[in-house]
Amino acid sequence: MIHDSPQTSVREGEGATLRIHGFAIGDRVYSGAITFFAVCVPLLLLAIALEIGVAGWPALHKFGFGFLTSSDWDPVRNEFGAAPAIYGTIVSSIIALVLATPLAIGVSLFLSELAPRWLKQPVGFLVDLLAAIPSVVYGLWGIFVLLPVLRDPVMPFLRDTLHLDRTGLFSGPAYGPSMLAAGIILAIMVLPYIASVSREVLMAVPRSQREAALALGATRWEAIRGAVLPYARSGIVGGVILGLGRALGETMAVTMLIGNRPEIAASLFAPGYTMASLLANEFSEASSDAHLSALMAVAFVLFVITLIVNAIARWLVWQVSRGTSGRVA
Amino acid sequence: MRPTLRQRAFSERTARTLRRRRLVSGLMLGVLACAAVLAVLPLIFIFGHLLATGVGSLSWDFFTKMPKPVGESGGGLANAIVGTLILIGIASAFGLPVGVGAGLYLAERKGSTLANTVRFLSDVLNGLPSIVMGIFAWQFLVRPFGHFSALAGGVALGAMMIPMVARTTEEMVGIVPVSLREAALALGYPRWRTSLAVVLRTASAGIVTGALVAIARIAGETAPLLFTAFGNQFWSTSLRQPIAALPLQVFSYAISPYDAWHSLAWAGALVLIALIFVISLIARFATRARFATGGGD
Repeated sequence: MIHDSPQTSVREGEGATLRIHGFAIGDRVYSGAITFFAVCVPLLLLAIALEIGVAGWPALHKFGFGFLTSSDWDPVRNEFGAAPAIYGTIVSSIIALVLATPLAIGVSLFLSELAPRWLKQPVGFLVDLLAAIPSVVYGLWGIFVLLPVLRDPVMPFLRDTLHLDRTGLFSGPAYGPSMLAAGIILAIMVLPYIASVSREVLMAVPRSQREAALALGATRWEAIRGAVLPYARSGIVGGVILGLGRALGETMAVTMLIGNRPEIAASLFAPGYTMASLLANEFSEASSDAHLSALMAVAFVLFVITLIVNAIARWLVWQVSRGTSGRVA
Repeated sequence: MRPTLRQRAFSERTARTLRRRRLVSGLMLGVLACAAVLAVLPLIFIFGHLLATGVGSLSWDFFTKMPKPVGESGGGLANAIVGTLILIGIASAFGLPVGVGAGLYLAERKGSTLANTVRFLSDVLNGLPSIVMGIFAWQFLVRPFGHFSALAGGVALGAMMIPMVARTTEEMVGIVPVSLREAALALGYPRWRTSLAVVLRTASAGIVTGALVAIARIAGETAPLLFTAFGNQFWSTSLRQPIAALPLQVFSYAISPYDAWHSLAWAGALVLIALIFVISLIARFATRARFATGGGD
């Protein structure tokens, strides 16, 4: 960093800059401007928290902790329990992670260990491209392609042929729109985020680790499992939590595929609700102040949950990539 | 030297297990390859279906005509396409200056507490659900005025752009060599002028790329627009009125019960993806051209 020493005299000649008390006015203005813009970021976050929190306070105050545990979401009677929405958010995200994580880690391992050079770029590009597709397009595809496939071959197969209805998770009529459908589409949407972080982390593992394992007689898979994966573990976990953060807040595709029914059901074939889709569906039609406040409360809960999850993910990923940009996709 | 009993036992065990271990290894590597195929498959399905179904509904009418009532043929999404462009414009007007300014701060005051806080919070802000941004914009710009507006939608999108642009700007400004800055200072440029006229100009291609990538991201966002821009079946370019947007229209048409609207939804989705694709291509092209000409000067 260059430090210029304060000068108390005004310099003459071309390009003379006006110096007052040793600092150029231009520098002060510039410095003030960029500091102002930088401060906008935490201010924005604070503003969001305050605006939504204050608007949601009446509902939270009225229903107390019961807001989070009651299953009774009834705008007509002004009874608001957000439990079905919270349950749906968590379950759909878990399904998404269960489906996406093995695939994402598999792709990243394939790209970093197995793929020949000519294949790395295209396949990596394709996986990243998944992140560029807008949520509403996923929803559109989900409604017209995924749901019919689920409704006819897949769900009856799971329920009747594999007899998975005994577990209680795969029972009931196969409407189509369901927790399962939402989980599947979320898995596709979340996969590129986990894969991107995993790929970065796996590429950061030093060659020497792999080579040492192979030199000691390990097979390729044993080298991966014993030398590469443990090294990359915390970064991959960070990627998974990042994916979780995305899944929790995903709105449009889920709204179009989950069936939008504010009830908790054991079966994954049943329609459900998530906090984000609840907001998307009911916000523009909220008539009473109580309804609006309840919706704001749900928004605040969603805000806090995703804030915490993203902070954890950010911290984990930052730890491994040592401060390089957290830009994903 | 003849192997001892112990050494012979070891090598026999190795010989016995080696085949199994090699088998397992081959199997797992095959599983990895399968995972790669499975991961890419949805993309191919989605794009394939999009092209197959959407192309059929595309026509010159689609880009120039307004939506028609159900039952009447023809009609297009001209207002939605223009609406999306207007919203992008408003968002950029808000998001780019703040984002670039914050990025400059992050790059120039690297170690300060504020810089570290802002960097962390930017990444956190990046991951917030877009619907929360929409609700914030609603509370801030729709509720006090009593009506939906394009401005509110643009601000919601602009707020989403800020962290993205800040981080890419920080990266790009960080790449500019210190020697360039030092040379400018040595020639008598004040600090602010060095930053703006020399460093920023050098990093400009990268910053533009970052901005374009951010624009491509927000062009497809629907949730923040649901209760800010709200959508509009008529032609409107006013900032203080609700405005149509491509992703919003795709959503409304997709959940409608009419087949004609479903085709329009597919066409709209195709145009949206094409728009995002073109913006991303321009962004990549700009960087490549920059670095091809020896970059940095």
